[in-house]
Amino acid sequence: MAKTEKAKLPSWKEVVIGGIIPDAGSAAKYNSGTWRTFKPVWSQEKCIQCNTCWIHCPDSSIMIKDGKVCGIDYEHCKGCGICAAMCPPKVGAVKMVKEEK
Amino acid sequence: MSKKLLALTGNDAAAYAMKQINPDVVAAYPITPQTSLMEKFAQFVADGESDTEVVLVESEHSAMSACVGASCAGARVMTATSSQGLALMWEVVYIASSYRLPIVMPLVNRALSGPINIHCDHSDAMGIRDSGWIQLWAENAQEVYDNLLQAIRIAENPDVLLPVVVNYDGFIISHAIENMYIYDNDEVKKFVGEYKPKYTLLDPKKPTTFGGFDLPDYYFEHRRQMAGAMSGSKKVIADVAKEFSKICGREYKFTEGYKLEDAEIVIVALGSTVGTARAVVDDLREKGIKAGILKIRVFRPFPEEEIANALKDKKAVAVLDRADALNAVGGPLFDEVRSGLYKKSNTPVVNYIYGLGGRDMGLAEINKVYSDLADIAKTGKAANLVTYLGVRD
Repeated sequence: MAKTEKAKLPSWKEVVIGGIIPDAGSAAKYNSGTWRTFKPVWSQEKCIQCNTCWIHCPDSSIMIKDGKVCGIDYEHCKGCGICAAMCPPKVGAVKMVKEEK
Repeated sequence: MSKKLLALTGNDAAAYAMKQINPDVVAAYPITPQTSLMEKFAQFVADGESDTEVVLVESEHSAMSACVGASCAGARVMTATSSQGLALMWEVVYIASSYRLPIVMPLVNRALSGPINIHCDHSDAMGIRDSGWIQLWAENAQEVYDNLLQAIRIAENPDVLLPVVVNYDGFIISHAIENMYIYDNDEVKKFVGEYKPKYTLLDPKKPTTFGGFDLPDYYFEHRRQMAGAMSGSKKVIADVAKEFSKICGREYKFTEGYKLEDAEIVIVALGSTVGTARAVVDDLREKGIKAGILKIRVFRPFPEEEIANALKDKKAVAVLDRADALNAVGGPLFDEVRSGLYKKSNTPVVNYIYGLGGRDMGLAEINKVYSDLADIAKTGKAANLVTYLGVRD
């Protein structure tokens, strides 16, 4: 996690007791996209909108708008590469590239 | 204040307390010497005197796991175990405290294997001393009962929310019959009140997650918070004792002195051995020897200040440990008492490891300790820092 974000984290007196998470759906707010070594890069031009990547993504990181793939949620994508592997070889709309930090 | 005098074993006393507390859920597995406690409690449930949901599980690991689940769901939960049972519970014991679940557990103290043994010592309780459970210790059946009733209120206090273990010596307390007072049902009910959990799993309008993954950016804060709850529990333990004194007629303290005020030589101990030591002290006092006892009732949170104040002006102190830390230094109680006195007093403190695996601690053994202390008080020198008392040399 970036240093700027760390400063905002709650103190031990402020954290919810017992590591309890009192709000539903809070995982969406947690940036877990920092674990990646490789990131998927999606090409709108090459994409045939078969949605195979969306079906197989284990982390719902393929963003969909009006039934069409529109990008990748890098805040939650762990870089597993399944989307790239599942994209039909003839299409090749998703490429894994080394994460630059 | 109305009470009834009954002749009960320590396990019966604990079962009575559980019946009156009437927890929502009890998940337990039988183990010697806890077994007769659960038998008695199950009988109360079968007779309709308690409407607790008793969950008979296949092991202690499952017992504590079921307790954790029920407590997360918002239930008032109890269990009970001994020795190997606690050892098998161990990882879930830590889960219970870290989720801040106010589970209350009588622990009928028994030696840990091996070699296998079913008799009393304190090695089971000492194995969870750093787990974040509050630890109360009883000297007799009355204190088992009284401590259990207070434990519910301590654990469930919103400023505490830590589980509590109520320790008592296997067989010596659990199976011996004593005269003791049981308080009026309604009075106890009013005292323990209702548990109102802040977070529960069973509120669909407010979905809550227990047991989320805590990464390096949060785990440390949660552990620090537990430490804060443990030190904060001191005030609650004292307040609850004060309120409970209206029912039982006696105000429980963190420690209790016996002929301590003017004592020169003092034994510090936990549990039933204090009772035996009282007889020795009475005898020595008749001979003009200023002997006294400091009993530790609350071991977690550790009452360091109270202990240091009680001992700092004494001539010699012996800490009795019914468990060996096997750390080549001394028993766990000794280590903490001595460190509590550091820089506050030059009183010589020695350690006796005794009674392992149920070895008798009789008048002769305690007399030997006081006689050693008298020598140390006279010369200022201790022949041994740690003595294994009653072992065959």
